[in-house]
Amino acid sequence: MSRYRISRADLPFAREFLENPRGPASHGLQRVLNRMRTDVAGGKYVLVVREPHRRWVLARLTGRRGAPVELIPEHEFDDLLEAERTVFRLRWKALTGEALAP
Amino acid sequence: MSAGDLLGYLDRWSAFPGDTLACHASCAPGAPYRAELVRIIQGDTHPDAPGYRVERIDVDLGGPFAACQRRIEPGSLALVDDAPAMRAGDTFSVVASIWPTTPGSGRQVLLSRREPATGDGFSLLIDANGALAAEATIDGETVTASTRHVLRAHRWYRVGLSHDAKTGRLCAAFDPLDRGPEVSEGGRAAAVTAIGRPVFDVAAPLTMACRDHDESEYREHYDGRLHNPFIIDAAFDDAIPVLPAHGARVIAAWDFSIDIPSQRIVDTSGNALHGRLVNLPTRGVTGPDWDGTCHAWPHDASHYGAIHFHGDDLYDAGWPASFRFTLPDDLPSGVYAVRIERDDDQFTMPFCVRAPRGERTADVVFLLPTASYMAYANNRIGLDVPETELVCGRLTELTAEDLFMQAHPELGLCFYDLHADGSGVYYSSRRRPVMDFQPGFVGKLGGIGSNVWQFNADTHLTGWFDHLAVPYDVVTDEDLHREGAGCIEGYRVLVTGTHPEYTSAAMRDALDAYMEGGGRLMYLGGNGFYWRIAFHDDLPGVIECRKSEDGIRAFAPGPGEYYASFTGEYTGLWRRNGRPPNTLVGVGMAAQGFDASAPYVRTDASRDPRAAFIFDGIDAEVIGDFGLSGGGAAGIELDAADISLGTPRHALVLATSTGHGDVYLVTPEDMLDPVPGLGGSEAEGVRADVVFFETPAGGAVFSVGSIAWAGSMAFNNYDNEVSRLTANVLRRFLDDVPFTPPPPPPDTSVRRESPG
Repeated sequence: MSRYRISRADLPFAREFLENPRGPASHGLQRVLNRMRTDVAGGKYVLVVREPHRRWVLARLTGRRGAPVELIPEHEFDDLLEAERTVFRLRWKALTGEALAP
Repeated sequence: MSAGDLLGYLDRWSAFPGDTLACHASCAPGAPYRAELVRIIQGDTHPDAPGYRVERIDVDLGGPFAACQRRIEPGSLALVDDAPAMRAGDTFSVVASIWPTTPGSGRQVLLSRREPATGDGFSLLIDANGALAAEATIDGETVTASTRHVLRAHRWYRVGLSHDAKTGRLCAAFDPLDRGPEVSEGGRAAAVTAIGRPVFDVAAPLTMACRDHDESEYREHYDGRLHNPFIIDAAFDDAIPVLPAHGARVIAAWDFSIDIPSQRIVDTSGNALHGRLVNLPTRGVTGPDWDGTCHAWPHDASHYGAIHFHGDDLYDAGWPASFRFTLPDDLPSGVYAVRIERDDDQFTMPFCVRAPRGERTADVVFLLPTASYMAYANNRIGLDVPETELVCGRLTELTAEDLFMQAHPELGLCFYDLHADGSGVYYSSRRRPVMDFQPGFVGKLGGIGSNVWQFNADTHLTGWFDHLAVPYDVVTDEDLHREGAGCIEGYRVLVTGTHPEYTSAAMRDALDAYMEGGGRLMYLGGNGFYWRIAFHDDLPGVIECRKSEDGIRAFAPGPGEYYASFTGEYTGLWRRNGRPPNTLVGVGMAAQGFDASAPYVRTDASRDPRAAFIFDGIDAEVIGDFGLSGGGAAGIELDAADISLGTPRHALVLATSTGHGDVYLVTPEDMLDPVPGLGGSEAEGVRADVVFFETPAGGAVFSVGSIAWAGSMAFNNYDNEVSRLTANVLRRFLDDVPFTPPPPPPDTSVRRESPG
């Protein structure tokens, strides 16, 4: 088992992402993103469109057909890049146990 | 757009002027709804797009129509009507082989015969705990014999139900059929019914893979395979009978290996108790007799006597027609839709209007890739596939339509989904509401920006025709399949959609004939002509694809299951059928990624005088460093030239994309040996090529090899060099003057390097 473990050594890549979520990502950042984005469907973060191309709310997939997507209404966005940064921070905390500095 | 209160589908996706169409609609209780005919010009709603244009056509479709909500009843089954030959006394045995896939996930009926009104009759079933059980209900009182032994998923068993009218003994029995090191034992259970009361001889049809609940609803669907069931007029004590059944009369013996393409199951007993299938269970799948010596059911169907039933199979929603309407005789060819509306809700059902029968009303024909729309119909890529975020390089956006699909999985599946039991989906139908076949729909894989996909992405092209005031007729994939080359013959130019990925043999034959007749083909997409599909000869509006061998796919078909049940064709990549897309359009699928697109850079070959008309008025060296689909003209799915795969040696590679990121990866069919360096920042194979070549018949091909190209055409309201370059090609292709290929060149130049 050699699944990548994100650590403090990846902080430069976190900064890279927060500065430019759309990339292109460096190899180091891509490795971090590959780890973060390979969650199973159950609990995976997604965005639910409130207004197409304008407004979104964070949500989690349930991984079960027929079960409603779970909305997280405290995270609403009018900017997709801000949504990416928010989810990156949430995942960083979940995977390392530490919050990313603002 | 609708969140599900309004839904519907048309009986066809293509019609001639003067034709009458049926609309099958569902409307939640409330006020009546209205219906309008609209013409779709441009469906991208992104703020940077040229503007959403869906224009009302002044045709009265009737209405307002009273709200009437319909349901979809998914789940496949077999049905054998009641007949005198099925009145055979109440001493009987029912035997079959089964390969359950979800035992323990609820009651699943294997075979049953019950009076709808009373429930009297019998069922052989897998109970809620996953154990084989026999049930008999007499005067509303149910007797159960459960083996209490949980069946294993994906294992073959012989199962039986036996009833002795003299003793009332009801028995359930199973024996494992698989060989191997795993310890597996059979099971038996018995109970006693009221003697002398009918168990088998009830006035009811026999159902397989579900219980007949009432006349129109079926419940307790079975997930798994059922193999050659039979019924005899004798009970058994311990040994489950096999055929021939000595000393017993065979009431029915269905051989599922007969007539595999059909929706009929054939009784070989002589009693003609043939049955029919509902909702397209999967045929042409291996049974317990498959031993690996045969991989093609057309060669030896005896290995393929199983049918795989799924509780989520759906061919036809089966809603009654809500209204019918007749198209005006003078309605111009184009992409239209029926839009049903109530208050702020609406649902749009596109279809193509052809030129009048036997006529052409333009020199350009737009081949609407409806087979590919069907292949992706109601795809759950954003809901079920966790890798979507990874390959898109961004968070997945779910629309109101996605949320509705999540809440209502009965809308059915497509080639990108798995059945609930984990098996792959081989069939996809248009006879149901298709949420993603609507203008305005925001997709998942359409790249950063507009994120349009398939139909809505193709409206970038219909919008372009409108912008240039270019007259065009429309023909669909299904038309091309049914009618052959005749429906595109005589058009000077054929323009494809952005992602015409799925192609039947008849379609490919027709396109080849068109080219051999001097046609000019503008392939304005990526990953086209990739998968071979089969249409059904008798069932309208459904396609099959077994994605055999390799290719980019959501699942691999089971071993021995590479041949379509509809036709017996070896479906899968056209490349594995000896007709790579390169042999038609000069390029073939090379790589994919769904985040940022990239520009093309002109090659020296673009200076060739043969290509001068293409670059007339275009000075830029970098082509398409902008766009609505990922911000570049080369993106999403990329095709490259490759002589070894059939790109003509005289083809000019005019431009090659560069600067793709590592979300882009080469295709698995090119990755014989997994090695590092297959991402876009390193691999030569991750690129799109713009290719032009002339044909011996005076025609020509122009291919862009990128799904994102049309998103760049539409950028800045179609005022850009990608749009101008494409218009240059169209203008010349419309010119009568024949093209002439150059003399054969030496065998060099456009060979694609192996990514490995």
